[in-house]
Amino acid sequence: MKRATGTDRAFGLAVVVLLILAAIAALLPLFYVLSISFSTEKEYLTRGFYLIPKKFTLDGYLYLMAHPGFRSAFRNAVVISVVGTVINMAFTTLMAYGLSKPWLKGRGTINFLVVFTMLFSGGMIPTYLVVNALGLIDTFWSLWLSSAITAFNLVVMRGFFRTIPIELEESARMDGSGEWRLLTTIILPLSLPAVATFTLFYLVYNWNTYFSAILYLNDNRLMPLQVFLRQMLIEDDPSISNASSVEYHYTPAAKMAAIIITAMPLLIVYPFLQKHFNKGVLLGSVKG
Amino acid sequence: MMTHGYWRRALPVYLMILPGLLYFIVFKYIPMFGVSIAFMDYSPFKGIGGSEWIGWDQFRRLFSEGDFWLLLRNTLVLNLLDALIFFPAPILVALLLNEARVKWFKGAVQTILYAPNFISWVVIVGITLQLFATGSGAINNLLESWGYDRIELMTDPHYFRWVWLLQNIWQGSGWGAIIFLAALSAVDPALYEAAEMDGASRLRQLRHITLPALSGAIVILFILRMGHIMDLGFEHIFLLQNPMNQNVSEVFETFIYKIGLNQGDYSYSTAVGLFKSVIGLVMVLTVNKLAKRLGQEGVF
Repeated sequence: MKRATGTDRAFGLAVVVLLILAAIAALLPLFYVLSISFSTEKEYLTRGFYLIPKKFTLDGYLYLMAHPGFRSAFRNAVVISVVGTVINMAFTTLMAYGLSKPWLKGRGTINFLVVFTMLFSGGMIPTYLVVNALGLIDTFWSLWLSSAITAFNLVVMRGFFRTIPIELEESARMDGSGEWRLLTTIILPLSLPAVATFTLFYLVYNWNTYFSAILYLNDNRLMPLQVFLRQMLIEDDPSISNASSVEYHYTPAAKMAAIIITAMPLLIVYPFLQKHFNKGVLLGSVKG
Repeated sequence: MMTHGYWRRALPVYLMILPGLLYFIVFKYIPMFGVSIAFMDYSPFKGIGGSEWIGWDQFRRLFSEGDFWLLLRNTLVLNLLDALIFFPAPILVALLLNEARVKWFKGAVQTILYAPNFISWVVIVGITLQLFATGSGAINNLLESWGYDRIELMTDPHYFRWVWLLQNIWQGSGWGAIIFLAALSAVDPALYEAAEMDGASRLRQLRHITLPALSGAIVILFILRMGHIMDLGFEHIFLLQNPMNQNVSEVFETFIYKIGLNQGDYSYSTAVGLFKSVIGLVMVLTVNKLAKRLGQEGVF
């Protein structure tokens, strides 16, 4: 090893400082919300800006846990996300696996049909009319079925399956196992990084989606968390709504606690899966 | 020759493909034919079969009503701002992460910088309101305590584009770095070792090894970005919109939603959507060809 020169040391230091600043910029807004969620309304209104509350309170969280609208929205979001992700993964995995077979006739045509949907779409209203004609409006099926597969995920997953040696298939056939057994006992266990990554991506999509919910769900009892949170944050914000003297329905702590509860599940899950999408799967997407 | 053996082998595979194929047909291809209502005076009561064909009237309306130029301007301005200011941010993050030598530190920073990607626009806009609100927002509280006037960050149309851009940077810079880090992981470490032997400083190694290694990825991603110059994504802009900033925030996606779902003018909304989709398709195919000409593989 050569010893580091002065400029190199300064360079290394600058890199570390800039990365720390970036990390602070990423965390600070979340940390601020977290601290308000534990604050009393009095402290929030009297202290200008602070990151550590002097007096901790769980009132915001307790209030939400007793709020029927919030409880129902949370439950809806869990049902939409869990069932939705299972449907996404089943549809995507089966189709990607099928299309990864080089000997399959019609494969090219179907691939083209899939890729073309990434380039051109019928748009919002024609899709809405189909969902409506199928009688799916105001059911969770509208969300589950209308976004059953993300074409991009399908294409990347198909690429991943293609990297698995074909000899595995041949030897499994010798043993007399069919495609289903091959997929479930050999291919999927070998593809865990891809399965983990796309499960996470679909989960994120289902949990975070707002647009499909306001498009297809009108019934308040079906309202998912993102839509509820939006109403909570917007309804009594005097700078956005036009009313001059808006009555505050929710305390700042309750609003910030709702943000934390909405953001937290994904923030807790994703670091465990991070090593998979850091390399591997997404690299495959670069190569196509 | 379709032998009995082929079908025995292929039938289960076709069955696996079937649910997905049905999905694409029902929710992607039927709506593509549904765009025909853009050429009708569509009424939900009469249905597609019973509604009257009116040709290009909806498109003439789009170009003559003046909304069009506002939508186009807002869309292009936001996309250009994004391409010029947001686009370099993930590259910078990737370069910095690539230079971090302590493994646990790099890993920890990566985990933190990726996190905003998993946060919904509803939450991001909500946090922004909390921080930027005129009356009680943290930033305005700070400004006031330092003796400055409060600024209407969320409602003054002048700030809309910058707030939007800032949110993009906050959410996407870390996650966007992954693809550049992947490109950098392909660099042969021997290059750096040799440069070090020759006494090249780390800054010089960055300029002469790392940046050239990234240039291919930067060019292709920038070109592909240009292919999406008509797209902005509905949620982010819609959630940031309020009656005060509509003049700068109304874009094709939000307009399509309001005309279609709020006003129930299905045909006009579909026509605007079709216009946007066609331009988008042409843009993507053009830039893809351009990328291929530059010696890249292209995406299709």
